[in-house]
Amino acid sequence: MKDRKPTGSQPPMDAAANQKKSTAKLGRDIQAKLGQQLRAMYDDVVSQGVPDRFSDLLNKLDDNGDKGKR
Amino acid sequence: MRIDDSVRDSVLGAVPSLRAFAISLCGNVDRADDLVQETLLRALANINSFQPGTNMSAWLFTILRNHFRSEYRKRRREVEDADGSYAESLKSHPAQQGHVEFGEFREALAQLPADQREALVLVGASGFSYEEAANICGCAVGTIKSRVNRARTRLAELMSIETTDEFGPDHTTRAVLAGNDRN
Repeated sequence: MKDRKPTGSQPPMDAAANQKKSTAKLGRDIQAKLGQQLRAMYDDVVSQGVPDRFSDLLNKLDDNGDKGKR
Repeated sequence: MRIDDSVRDSVLGAVPSLRAFAISLCGNVDRADDLVQETLLRALANINSFQPGTNMSAWLFTILRNHFRSEYRKRRREVEDADGSYAESLKSHPAQQGHVEFGEFREALAQLPADQREALVLVGASGFSYEEAANICGCAVGTIKSRVNRARTRLAELMSIETTDEFGPDHTTRAVLAGNDRN
């Protein structure tokens, strides 16, 4: 941590390094947002729960008759 | 066929995430649900090969993934450029994707090679570890890691090209997609 100066106090000579740092930060921000979108898209489907066709399918396959109905 | 309560519960419990995984693989809700149904039928027919105490969800994901891959290969023989036609189907039938708001993200995801897409979804959304994802895909852990990294880099490129000044769902695109919906 001690080798990281606050951005405001960077001398102009470090502009290239600064840019590199901000590109890396941009990369992390984008990755965080991509991760959020991916999970949001996925969870949107997960939150739909179990469609009836799948519990019906298991009921139909199960010889145990009424046991499966709930 | 007799289905134990515990088997029934863990199978049905895995259905929501199996559907989410299947939709991300094939990009079509109806086809994804067929894929899940075929997976359940295969799993129950082979329930004796499931080792009690191991992860039922990971086992079902493996069956679904392998089934999808063999179907995909079959389809690929019939349709040239399967990746391209998949991406195209997303653009022409946004209604099939469920919610239009993820349309742009889905399009970017659809442009990834299939092996990168499945690795990213398994690790980044399904919550599997790299080791579990490697088992599901039948490859080395290092392979999964590099696929996930390449997928992330490529997605970032695709998304930042398509949305120049603002990250996130593009309102114009969303409106156009919503408009197409009603045609």
